[in-house]
Amino acid sequence: MLAFLLTLMLLLGIVIVLAYAERKVAAFMQDRMGPTEAGPYGSLQAVLDVLKLLQKEDIVPAAADKKLFKLAPILIFAAVFAGFAVIPFAPSIVPAGIGIGVFYLLAIISLDVVGLLMAGWGSNNKYAMLGAMRSVAQIVSYEIPAGLAILSAVMICQSLDFQEISYQQGALMNQFPGMEYDMNWLFGIRELGINTTTIGGITTWNIFRAPMLLVAFVIYFIASLAESNRAPFDIPEAESELVAGFHVEYSGFRFAVLFLAEYSMMVLVSLVAVVLFLGSWNTPLPNIGPVSLAYWTTGTVGELSGILWGVFWLLSKTFVLLFLQLQVRWTYPRLRVDQLMHLCWKVLTPIALGVVLLAGLWRLLMI
Amino acid sequence: MERTAVKHKTGFWDVVKSLGSGLSLTWSHFLKAGNRRTPEYVSDENYFKQKDGLVTLKYPYEAIPVPDNGRYRLHNEIDDCIVCDLCAKVCPVNCITIESVKATEDIGTTSDGTKKRLYAPTFDIDMAKCCYCGLCTTVCPTDCLTMTPVYDFSEVDIKNMVYHFTDLTPEQAEEKKQMFAKQQEEMAAAKAAALAARKSNK
Ligand code: SF4
Ligand code: SF4
Repeated sequence: MLAFLLTLMLLLGIVIVLAYAERKVAAFMQDRMGPTEAGPYGSLQAVLDVLKLLQKEDIVPAAADKKLFKLAPILIFAAVFAGFAVIPFAPSIVPAGIGIGVFYLLAIISLDVVGLLMAGWGSNNKYAMLGAMRSVAQIVSYEIPAGLAILSAVMICQSLDFQEISYQQGALMNQFPGMEYDMNWLFGIRELGINTTTIGGITTWNIFRAPMLLVAFVIYFIASLAESNRAPFDIPEAESELVAGFHVEYSGFRFAVLFLAEYSMMVLVSLVAVVLFLGSWNTPLPNIGPVSLAYWTTGTVGELSGILWGVFWLLSKTFVLLFLQLQVRWTYPRLRVDQLMHLCWKVLTPIALGVVLLAGLWRLLMI
Repeated sequence: MERTAVKHKTGFWDVVKSLGSGLSLTWSHFLKAGNRRTPEYVSDENYFKQKDGLVTLKYPYEAIPVPDNGRYRLHNEIDDCIVCDLCAKVCPVNCITIESVKATEDIGTTSDGTKKRLYAPTFDIDMAKCCYCGLCTTVCPTDCLTMTPVYDFSEVDIKNMVYHFTDLTPEQAEEKKQMFAKQQEEMAAAKAAALAARKSNK
């Protein structure tokens, strides 16, 4: 229960910051100023937006399928929020440390699609229906390259437990029960003879342990943009053609929940990318001889310092990815449906398959 | 100038390159967001030199000054107005309404020395109708009707777009009218008396 509340608070905080950052970043990239009125530099804008949404009338269209319409936002948010349960925030903090976290995450996020379809169908609106169809088609397609990219990371780590994957990517590896004698080698190859187990830092991140995971990371990042319906893959909610896609009929609190779910999805996919590829809560600074930067910036596991450093590194890496998501949105034009499907099925999926194969071979070298 | 067709480049590395150049473009704008355009007049040296940074201004708090010789909101300096009605006559959209009352006494001169002989109980300009042609300012003999560099004067209620320039209260206007009527009466009486006197002299 406590974990639930804490995660919810943390998530709300991040989403509010993100919504504000989105407007400011967009404005700066377009040589505008963004919100300036509410609070210093407009920083209260996102909070006030939420307050405004909560005060609005909750309209349910007369011709809508009332049950589906009302249930959809809750289902969508619940699906996304449930994904946070398995994300390790620090060496000793994970809301629910289950052994098959990665599998659970992929499964629970797929529920999102059902919610989107419910929202689109329940609204009884052409635009909503079209948006929902596109969204479902897109998410289902992009789950394949994303899943393959995740699979290659899982193959390298030999684990479906996010916490175990996290421990493997840092200098604390030998503190994880069951991995006391495991070792990290530079690029994962023992023959190079460079032992990075105690060096930690960036050298033990997954993208360095197995360089082909860098490709997997890029694939995952692209696919995750599509899964969270972000530009340039935002045809499901293309403002200029579909008004707002599946949530065109929603207002007030229900819209706020959908909005929250959308931004939570962005945060979640970034968190997963960080955990799987970018060293999770591990510091990027390596130990260099006597200058043990990695240990200094990791703290002690189980104590407050360890928690704070872990959360700090995890969130700062996540924010870098989130910033990239925002920048991509304000840089690239929207893809057509055929281009979208081309990219997914003819480019990303074959490359992802190749990466999976390579990851399997690499794993053999790593032993 | 001879034009050549732009060759469309496709291929993996060209796509990656163009994606990268897109990102670097937005990134460079993001980095320059610390600079802001300063609100200065077009004749200022700096005006065309501010190529980087945010271009928008916080409008109600800052604004780029407008040229003096533009067409903006009208203003009538009623003290200088001789109520000649020229502006109302020339206005192509009839948005100036003037009612005049002749003065019974000397009411002074305008700042350029023209003698004032009329009061204006009503001098209304309907800015919602005005097409800002500026004709009225051209014909005004005392140059009291001018355009001011104010362009932001939208109103919630359209009635507020009618500007009243008269300096008389309704009571004062009524008083002036009665004074004029009384004077007319007195003059008429005097005339009648003079006429009667002339008749009786015959
Ligand atoms: S500017 Fe033109 S339209 Fe406006 S009041 Fe003067 S004459 Fe009439
Ligand atoms: S033309 Fe000028 S002086 Fe004549 S009535 Fe109009 S504002 Fe007054």
